Amino acid sequence: MKPTDIGNPDYFHKVVDCQWACPAHTPVPEYIRLIAAGSYADAYMVNWRSNVFPGILGRTCDRPCEPACRRGRVEEEPVAICRLKRVAADYKGNVVKRMPRKARSKNGKRVACIGAGPASLTVARDLAPLGYEVVVFDGEAKAGGMIRSQIPKFRLPEEVIDEEVGYVMRLGVEFRGGQWVDSLKNILDDDFDAVFVGTGAPRGRDLDVPGRAEAAENIHIGIDWLASVAFGHTTTVGKRVIVLGGGNTAIDCCRSSKRLGGEDVTVIVRSGFEEMKASPWEKEDAMHEGIPILNYLVPKRVEHDNGRLTGMTFEAVRAEYDERGRRKLVPTGEPDRLVECDDVLVAIGQENAFPWIERDIGLEFDEWGMPVLDQATFQSTLPKVFFGGDAAFGPENIIRAVAHGHDAAISIDKFLSGEDVAARPAPGVTVSSQKMGIHEWSYDNEVSNDHRFKVPLRDLKQSLSNIKVEVELGFDPTLALAEAERCLNCDIQTVFTDRLCIECDGCVDICPTDCINFTDNGEEDALRTRLNAPASDTSQALYVSGPLKTARVMVKDENVCLHCGLCAERCPTGAWDMQKYLVEMEHAGPGCRPRKRRSRAA
Amino acid sequence: MTYIAKPKLGHPQAAVNDLGYTRRYYEGSISTLCAGCGHDSISAAIIQAFFELSVEPHRVAKLSGIGCSSKTPTYFLGSSHGLNSVHGRMPSVLTGANLANRELIYLGVSGDGDSASIGLGQFAHALRRGVNMVYIVENNGVYGLTKGQFSATADKGSKSKRGVVNSDSSIDLVGLALQLGSSFVARGFSGDKNQLVPLLKAAIQYPGAAFIDVISPCVTFNNHAGSTKSYDYIREHNEVVNRLDYIPRRSEITADYAAGSVEEVRQHDGSVIRLHKVAEDYDPYDRVGAMNYLHAHAAKGEIVTGLLYMERDAEDLHTHLNTVKLPLNSLNEKELCPGSAALEAFNTGLR
Repeated sequence: MKPTDIGNPDYFHKVVDCQWACPAHTPVPEYIRLIAAGSYADAYMVNWRSNVFPGILGRTCDRPCEPACRRGRVEEEPVAICRLKRVAADYKGNVVKRMPRKARSKNGKRVACIGAGPASLTVARDLAPLGYEVVVFDGEAKAGGMIRSQIPKFRLPEEVIDEEVGYVMRLGVEFRGGQWVDSLKNILDDDFDAVFVGTGAPRGRDLDVPGRAEAAENIHIGIDWLASVAFGHTTTVGKRVIVLGGGNTAIDCCRSSKRLGGEDVTVIVRSGFEEMKASPWEKEDAMHEGIPILNYLVPKRVEHDNGRLTGMTFEAVRAEYDERGRRKLVPTGEPDRLVECDDVLVAIGQENAFPWIERDIGLEFDEWGMPVLDQATFQSTLPKVFFGGDAAFGPENIIRAVAHGHDAAISIDKFLSGEDVAARPAPGVTVSSQKMGIHEWSYDNEVSNDHRFKVPLRDLKQSLSNIKVEVELGFDPTLALAEAERCLNCDIQTVFTDRLCIECDGCVDICPTDCINFTDNGEEDALRTRLNAPASDTSQALYVSGPLKTARVMVKDENVCLHCGLCAERCPTGAWDMQKYLVEMEHAGPGCRPRKRRSRAA
Repeated sequence: MTYIAKPKLGHPQAAVNDLGYTRRYYEGSISTLCAGCGHDSISAAIIQAFFELSVEPHRVAKLSGIGCSSKTPTYFLGSSHGLNSVHGRMPSVLTGANLANRELIYLGVSGDGDSASIGLGQFAHALRRGVNMVYIVENNGVYGLTKGQFSATADKGSKSKRGVVNSDSSIDLVGLALQLGSSFVARGFSGDKNQLVPLLKAAIQYPGAAFIDVISPCVTFNNHAGSTKSYDYIREHNEVVNRLDYIPRRSEITADYAAGSVEEVRQHDGSVIRLHKVAEDYDPYDRVGAMNYLHAHAAKGEIVTGLLYMERDAEDLHTHLNTVKLPLNSLNEKELCPGSAALEAFNTGLR
């Protein structure tokens, strides 16, 4: 193999699995260290720059970072990254002074954001401080989009939304609430230089079975029902409730029902329990509240008595896989199952809908009714119109919407500056050695043996009695410190300088996970078979040095490195050093301008 | 040295041996030696050897004297027996322990100061007597604990870190061991575990006195230009005579080597030592030949490594003394007190 190019920002970025997995590439270990140090406000700002909604995401994120976490590969569970983020938000104090200022002068360019969800608000946050005049339109009176309408308050209190939406609005963003946009053409005619469409996936999929129409009064579309609950229009539900669907919306529906008078609430899914789209922790939360989840039951019929809903009939199925691994649900032949109920909540998926975009204005849609977009720039076929969030490529989650928002903001900024939208900025990388003494580092390199700590919950009875009282209490500073110490500091990289190595084997001998090897060079597949410990996970890189004095090379399997720094402590010549590679994504603004011989970040 | 303990978390797919232990089970406390010390590599090789042999740690007794090398038994086999004895007196203590309990595996760990200066007499007599043990000298040519003065194994003419040239003749412990009748003599290099680990495994299983001199560079005091025990010097002057594979009993023996270049030696316990000849004319069963070869190459400034000499049918001290076959701690009244009738008969014979 060729020597690894550690100058490529992606190489060490990938080693920070959590950050690489985060759509917005939040520097996770950086803020976890700040939390451990008690610098909550600093930790909050690291988050805020990257993901705009730390308090909201610290409660509701889909956490793509956690399955990626290296800790999950060396013991049972990953670091509770998401809930640590909440700690930063809970204990930050007043951060108003740390926020960017309103632009002193406007640059004369006007940008419209349609929809006030996380994608639009991210665009607004990135562009407003640069001097753009950003106008956000939304049908609701308050900004927040699905964050406000679909997430129950017992998971996300209103004041958290108000605070973090407020930080965006305070940057001089104009919000036109209660103003439902029903024509893109009108917006375009209104002299906007660019338009960002962040209207989400607003249409809940409906159920198509006999009896649906007749019993319509007590059958509700999940996201609409959640919105109605959120805005206080719906305050009760029947005693017996069926929730159809296996996603996070279904879980929100069933837990909300339980708080609005539902005594006998059941989630029923077509597929197996394991295949449900809901996050494992959300399923746990539902079961903790006494909500059973029945699986492999396909809705067959809505039962009603002259239009009054009485229950639903389901057909029992099992999963069969064909030779290509595709799943088919086949009836088991058991008798159909009747589940009696007073209300049915349908949470079987969301769809995009763009009835308000005229089809004759040059904006192309594909055969599935989705806008034709550039995957990287989010630009539509109408150059001044950009998409992001669920509206771009279908339903995803908040953090992806934020990532889209950042990318679209860069595109809009470049587009309105007359630059090539396709030329994307490289991330900023700050490298700093952590060495303070012979065996002293400016990070805590001792590896904690603790297992993942559970977030304390409010008493169940109290939780179920009020839909607005938050269930999770969050980590207190003591628990937060203990959980933060579980982080392996994967951004503190093991950097190897081959010309300094005397091949004493000190690093090989001390490495607790047998990552380091000195061996003859070869092709990657061959190399992987002759390392000290199995290196079969090809998604994890091998770090290969140039040839050493004995013509061998150093090969390090990045997979389960604990970043404990013992290799560097045991290196007599400083061939190993622990260096922090802080990778920060470039956002819209001066950093995106084409580089005019700017010296590289030190 | 390092302040923090080695993290408990290990590789999730780490290999386990026949006993179900991972290699890390054979570790000891974290080393307090200087970063890059060759001794730590030797400790790692010892850990590897016992792991691969699937030896239960409680069957091992590790004994040492005084010095950097003699500190190392703390850093491996944390669950074994051990005694850090008096300077240069490890061989006597080991001999006594061995006589008392012949069922343990004895690992004597010493250094060039401990064995070639203060303990030279002890070294000589333990080998002469053929105590069943592995005697390892971690040889770096300097007194590391007292700031790097030349030891007795430092080559004449080699230069200290301060620039002083050594005017004394050096003691070659391998040459001495051969001359003293040691039945298994080898030399390794801390920087070459591929060679050292099989040597250790063969020595551990060898039923007699096995001596291994391991050149182990002192990075702090003896790893400079002018030293003859630096990583660079050893790598440049290492004259490997053979490499070996140690194949434990019951393993399937597969042949994948060119004929004539390999010799297989079956041991008493059924295990096999497979010798890959590197120096064509080298015969590891010829004591006199080995001595000549060693001295001829030493005269050229070369360091001969590998399995240098092995006696085919070794005997040990217990055989020579015709001792009881059981460890002393397992003898009870019945064996130890033959009764008054026997005493009477014995006394009668003396009248």
